[in-house]
Amino acid sequence: MASQIVRRLARSRASGIFSSARPTFSDRSFSSTEGAESGLIRATLFPGDGIGPEIAGSVKQIFKVADCPIEWEEHFVGTEIDPRTQSFLTWESLESVRRNKVGLKGPMATPIGKGHRSLNLTLRKELNLYANVRPCYSLPGYKTKYDDVDLITIRENTEGEYSGLEHQVVRGVVESLKIITRQASLRVAEYAFYYAKAHGRQRVSAIHKANIMQKTDGLFLKCCREVAEKYPEITYEEVVIDNCCMMLVKNPALFDVLVMPNLYGDIISDLCAGLIGGLGLTPSCNIGEGGIALAEAVHGSAPDIAGKNLANPTALLLSSVTMLRHLELHDKADRIQDAVLKTIAEGKYRTGDLGGKSTTTEFTNAICDHL
Amino acid sequence: MSRRTLPILRNLLSARFPTRSITYMPSPGDGSPRPVTLIPGDGVGPLVTDAVEQVMEAMHAPVYFEKYDVRGDMKNVPPEVLESIKKNKVCLKGGLRTPVGGGVSSLNMILRKELDLYASLVHCFNLPGLPTRHDNVDIVVIRENTEGEYAGLEHEVIPGVVESLKVITKFCSERIAKYAFEYAYLNNRKKVTAVHKANIMKLADGLFLESCREVASKYPSIQYNEMIVDNCSMQLVSKPEQFDVMVTPNLYGNLVANTAAGIAGGTGFMPGGNVGADHAIFEQGASAGNVGNDKLLVQKKANPVALLLSSAMMLRHLQFPSFADRLETAVKRVIEEGKYRTKDLGGNCTTQEVVDAILANLE
Repeated sequence: MASQIVRRLARSRASGIFSSARPTFSDRSFSSTEGAESGLIRATLFPGDGIGPEIAGSVKQIFKVADCPIEWEEHFVGTEIDPRTQSFLTWESLESVRRNKVGLKGPMATPIGKGHRSLNLTLRKELNLYANVRPCYSLPGYKTKYDDVDLITIRENTEGEYSGLEHQVVRGVVESLKIITRQASLRVAEYAFYYAKAHGRQRVSAIHKANIMQKTDGLFLKCCREVAEKYPEITYEEVVIDNCCMMLVKNPALFDVLVMPNLYGDIISDLCAGLIGGLGLTPSCNIGEGGIALAEAVHGSAPDIAGKNLANPTALLLSSVTMLRHLELHDKADRIQDAVLKTIAEGKYRTGDLGGKSTTTEFTNAICDHL
Repeated sequence: MSRRTLPILRNLLSARFPTRSITYMPSPGDGSPRPVTLIPGDGVGPLVTDAVEQVMEAMHAPVYFEKYDVRGDMKNVPPEVLESIKKNKVCLKGGLRTPVGGGVSSLNMILRKELDLYASLVHCFNLPGLPTRHDNVDIVVIRENTEGEYAGLEHEVIPGVVESLKVITKFCSERIAKYAFEYAYLNNRKKVTAVHKANIMKLADGLFLESCREVASKYPSIQYNEMIVDNCSMQLVSKPEQFDVMVTPNLYGNLVANTAAGIAGGTGFMPGGNVGADHAIFEQGASAGNVGNDKLLVQKKANPVALLLSSAMMLRHLQFPSFADRLETAVKRVIEEGKYRTKDLGGNCTTQEVVDAILANLE
């Protein structure tokens, strides 16, 4: 344990990122490539289960055609529990992500049973992934009832209502604790404003229910206000969650960047995914301490179409674009994103879930042609 | 002569709004006026409750209002208001503003706790003639109103760490499930969906689901299914026609009701209310925007339709169905014609203009 800390400190000092037990927010860095040499960037890839390997293959093919300087390090979920992590993910996989600082994860099916932690929970706790970022924008050419969606939801991922602290007080009475801390709220607010500034966004809205939960959401809002003062060029507003839900379904163009605690974030980010066409098209990225970014596809592993070359790789592709943007390879990211959007907009090659009849390979080749 | 034929002609021509012939047989004395507590509330509340008063008078409905002034920044609900509601058993209310972070607990919550109004009901539906992105929406959201995340039990553990307790009890979950299935049974609804997050909050929402399942087994003719709240919000914005009656704990109900209201056209016309074993309070269904903002107040352009439709629900609750039918028919006709609509429905009229149109359309 001590040797790990020494190793981590030595590594971080070498790359210029400061990390200590109580990080000071002015020194915090969110980018993974400070001081990285311009050459191949190593990234961890978890293909996952079910349709995972097929869509990961699509991503690798497209990245090769687009000439991205990414070297993939593939890791698979093991078949037995690793005692060091108490789950099916091995210690080496986690170390790989910690070392490379970027990763891409396909859908993973958590095996049913007891005695081990869920895979997503393991990743979140071990890598300290504190913010979940989902950019939601309408895909031109794929018609849903909403055409003008362009927003980003940033959700606090570690505490709040999902702390998992429940107990039965007496028979028939259950209590569940919702925990909000200053540290976690400041952390996610800092990331939200940094993201807004880095991507040229004008407005950040904090979503809350502080009129009823005065102390908990009140603390969250206080932290957001403190961070907002440091970014005077970005407009900051606070919206009560019931107002937010109604405005989102009536007029989603009103929102830009949304930052919220865990539970509201879960519901609102899935609502926004529904606005643009579902989880099969939504990119997502988890940000961890020390600039770790793990992009992932949030849909399921779809075991019924696994291996049949029918899967839609859009979610994983757009997530990998988010990963490229985090690495500040904006031109490559734009090229791939434009190619994907153009292919979907044309409508000639679409997979089954978008209403077309193409296979995964046809769709991928069409995207490569557009690059 | 023309005064009598005009409504008959209108009946024949507007087959879409058939007025029901009076088939219910009242007991002698049912027609004597019933007292109803009226709380105008904050913001645009007085404006819309005034609209209801005007319409009730024009219809000569057998209700009279006992008005009480309650504002959102009061520390507590005045005891005479509670006395009045306990005596009359029925109340009509405008919006009460809950100050954000002010240290004052919500008066809405206090009313609900004191009178034990454990079920909150919102009926979200498409109004004919009003274009929205989603059609075929007809959802009733029944939400547990007293416990759950809004129990109000918070404390600061150490500076910078705050805890809030979410309490779920079998007693409350059971009675809300019973109310939901009873509502579905009495209103000829086919399906009840329980909304939860029991994959994460296994004990708390698990207890809620257990109660729902127990009650569902007693109503075999009503379909029952369960849906996780994030999937539910996704389905609401893509395929809302699959939902009929939804029963939820407190927080999810708030979000689901406002989302459902939004997809059907906005909270400006969704009726609803809170009901308990002994009392009922009727108000604008979904809570977003029921107090309005200053611009609406100054320009007097608040939408009275939600409160009018809620007062129609109240009339049915008091067993005056023909008055309720007349009111609803007039309101729906005005909205469908499209000339008199407030800003949130796409028009630009003031509250008074809408009310005048409704009064002109009353039979």
